[in-house]
Amino acid sequence: MKRRQFIRVGSYGAAGAAVAGGLTTDWYGRYANPIADPGTDGDRVVPSFCELCFWKCGILAHVKDGRVTKIKGNPKDPLSNGQLCPRGAGGTGLLYDPDRLQKPMVRRDKRGAQVFEEVSWDDALGVVAENFERIKAEHGAGALALFSHGYGGSWMKHLFKAYGSPNIAAPSYAQCRGPREVGFDLTFGSGVGSPENTDIRNARCLVLIGSHLGENMHNTQVQDFADAIRNGADIITVDPRHSVAASKSRWWLPIKPGTDTALLLAWMNVIIGEGLYDRDYVEQYAYGFEQLSEHVKAFTPEWAYPRTGIEPDVIRRTARAMGAARPATLVHPGRHVTWYGDDTQRSRAIAILNALLGSWGRKGGFFIPSQVSIPPYEYPGYLPHDDQAADRPAPSDYPLADQVLAQGVCDATVPGVVGDSRIKAWMVYGSNLPTTLPDPENTYKAIQELDFLVTVDVLPAEIVGWSDVVLPEATYLERCDELFAPWWREPYVAVRQEVVPPMYDSKPGWWIARELGKRIGLPEFFPWKDSEEYAKTRLEAAGLDCDVMRADGVILGEPAPLYFEEGALPEFYTDSGKIELYSPKLAALGFDPMPTYDHSALEEPPEGYYRLLFGRAPVHTFGRTTNNRLLSEVYRENEVWVNRDVARRWGLEDGERVYLQNQDGKRSSFSAPVKVTGRIRPDAVYVVHGYGRRAPKLRFVHGKGIDDNELITRYKVDPIMGGTGMNVNFVTFLRADDLEVAS
Amino acid sequence: MSAVSYGMVVDTRTCVACAACVIACKTENDVAEGFSRDWIFTATSGSFPNLEMEIRSERCNHCEDAPCVSVCPTGASHYGPGGTVQVTESKCTGCKACIAACPYDARFIDPRTGAIDKCTFCVHRVENGTPTTACQEVCPTKSIYFGDLNDPESEVSRLLRTRQAYALLPDAGTRPKHFFLK
Repeated sequence: MKRRQFIRVGSYGAAGAAVAGGLTTDWYGRYANPIADPGTDGDRVVPSFCELCFWKCGILAHVKDGRVTKIKGNPKDPLSNGQLCPRGAGGTGLLYDPDRLQKPMVRRDKRGAQVFEEVSWDDALGVVAENFERIKAEHGAGALALFSHGYGGSWMKHLFKAYGSPNIAAPSYAQCRGPREVGFDLTFGSGVGSPENTDIRNARCLVLIGSHLGENMHNTQVQDFADAIRNGADIITVDPRHSVAASKSRWWLPIKPGTDTALLLAWMNVIIGEGLYDRDYVEQYAYGFEQLSEHVKAFTPEWAYPRTGIEPDVIRRTARAMGAARPATLVHPGRHVTWYGDDTQRSRAIAILNALLGSWGRKGGFFIPSQVSIPPYEYPGYLPHDDQAADRPAPSDYPLADQVLAQGVCDATVPGVVGDSRIKAWMVYGSNLPTTLPDPENTYKAIQELDFLVTVDVLPAEIVGWSDVVLPEATYLERCDELFAPWWREPYVAVRQEVVPPMYDSKPGWWIARELGKRIGLPEFFPWKDSEEYAKTRLEAAGLDCDVMRADGVILGEPAPLYFEEGALPEFYTDSGKIELYSPKLAALGFDPMPTYDHSALEEPPEGYYRLLFGRAPVHTFGRTTNNRLLSEVYRENEVWVNRDVARRWGLEDGERVYLQNQDGKRSSFSAPVKVTGRIRPDAVYVVHGYGRRAPKLRFVHGKGIDDNELITRYKVDPIMGGTGMNVNFVTFLRADDLEVAS
Repeated sequence: MSAVSYGMVVDTRTCVACAACVIACKTENDVAEGFSRDWIFTATSGSFPNLEMEIRSERCNHCEDAPCVSVCPTGASHYGPGGTVQVTESKCTGCKACIAACPYDARFIDPRTGAIDKCTFCVHRVENGTPTTACQEVCPTKSIYFGDLNDPESEVSRLLRTRQAYALLPDAGTRPKHFFLK
């Protein structure tokens, strides 16, 4: 794109005066030229950690005259290493977003019509507390559900545990990472967590399956990805779209969407058949190799070719590249993996492939992470409750779900979907459900069934418009939060500190949770003065120096061995204590003990329709950042990626605006420009998620581009853990010009 | 040649087009809303499925023979420290002759001042003890290198010696000091 295309003249009153200042009679050249300093260095620099996404990079926030001028990476922080992604660098765009929620609000009209009255915190919290107590008295604590995303949600989760509700859901599980965690846990006895224990920087062969590093900007992963490129790693990218990662790869395998498991099985076939696997490792650590090698015999590259579209020769050569680099071959587990409803099994196949290559616990594969242990804050203990979460009709459904399914809680709100409607009220913290849960119409339906809906958010997202009470939260730069002590390469603790006081009448999440707790008779769960005192108590209990923490933002722990060869213990927390290539647990539950591939289950797009795929732009964290003026300047609205041949057939010009309509006749609310490109298969289209926003008060992004989630009216649920496979919708084009003429 | 000559080298192999450089520059230099001093350029060649893509983080080339300097009627555009090309806001009349002269489309009018704005190679940092530019400092893939092209020991000199590199529009004859590694 030519840069001029996104340059627009802003409205600045001062422009004229400055020009007039130049119209004097001086001969300019005779004066010395000073070096102009933009003066953005802070008079204070506060270390903290980021919340523009959920990676939690260490930052240094510069504050000048009470204003945050810029945000840098904290060089002492093991996740940022002093560098940031664009979102982290653009955090001030959130802090100073003119559309921020400013005061608590209470609804004065029916849901969906955004008629609110600004009220005091006391009044707003009073309404919330009254409803929480009423719900509990009338229906039990389990009738109140929490949806949460983001680190500040920890306070709300604590409130809910104290209140006694088991219905604490995060869309980051069943709509995102869940199948991967379950698939790896079934195989290695532990998931990969977040941040993932992938040793990308030391990989000599890196395999990315739909994982678009570089567009998905998890900072440390991308830093490590660049190291892998510099080190000359063999990179194999499997993606229907020529992603940025694909452009950095030696091999790009433009796979037919939905057939990844077939490719993975064929790779296993070659790796076992040609003896490329790590014999010693498998013998020592793995269970079920005999069954696996028998199982994959039929899945030859020739078998996989007509299914995946990847030529047998390419499958063999890439398998050999993986074998040659082992154990420093990392088949990346991905992150957003809820695609086709068979996602746990696909993740299992990825895990098994890694096991064959001996990469778990090995340099260039998966390191063994460690953690600084900090004692929990001493509370009286959560109230006992034997209430099951309401997200499934029976506990035997999705038996390996180890977190609450967000879509299940939503369904349990509508009478007749999951038994009788057990959920009567929601609190929604930082998760914009209409663009997060598949099939927004269903979400709206559930919302209309609610007795009460309270939202805690920073911006007037779609969900805010449907709420009965809106509580404006302070941004991550205006609050102290729970300590962050991740399982990582270098164990460490980080603290989020208040960089500037909360703007407007916004309040930090800990304060909101505590004030609500007090009002509903749970003061013993909130004995601390504030989150700073809370964090201090925990740090002191761990014997860590709070002054160092305040000054540095992080404290490093003792490094532990990262790899088996360095002394990390080869412990696998499966039932057999081994890496389970064959899973007795899955077999006992009636699932395939080893991944299989059923091509007949793959639905083909109807004539004139294309599979809808979605992903990320590097400057955005879904819809959370698209209203950020700094970030969206670089990527103002999404475009619909259309293969060049398809565009020619349709006569679509690059930049021409289209609406998308799916197989169920659902049309996108807004249009987006077409990007005519060779970088995508002819049977799929692609959009960046987070656009096409319908919330009118998000003034910068409202109506810009297309919301893929609106078009996800169908999804396939993973029978093992309840993840919602969302890449199963097909769309066709409607020319914006035609529609406008017709109307 | 012993005087310092600042130059920049961007590694197109590792750059992922994330635009962290654009955002960091905007906040470091308080760039006007709607404008940026650096930008991402991507070029795709070939057709499905045989594609190549090149990604560049681009900005003012700080040319040694800069047409923006020679065309400036007031001396606002000038050669600053380390042979960088700078603009003195108070001398700029906003006549835009330099915008027309620049082959790299690197300049724009800051609507707040009416004067020309563009990349300074963060000269306020480099001349005051911070050896990095903001774009270089933030870059998560460490694809941006900045330093003295006249110092054979500098990272930029070493990269230009050891890696295949190119400048944009060499035929424009402006002797750019911004290079890209293949």
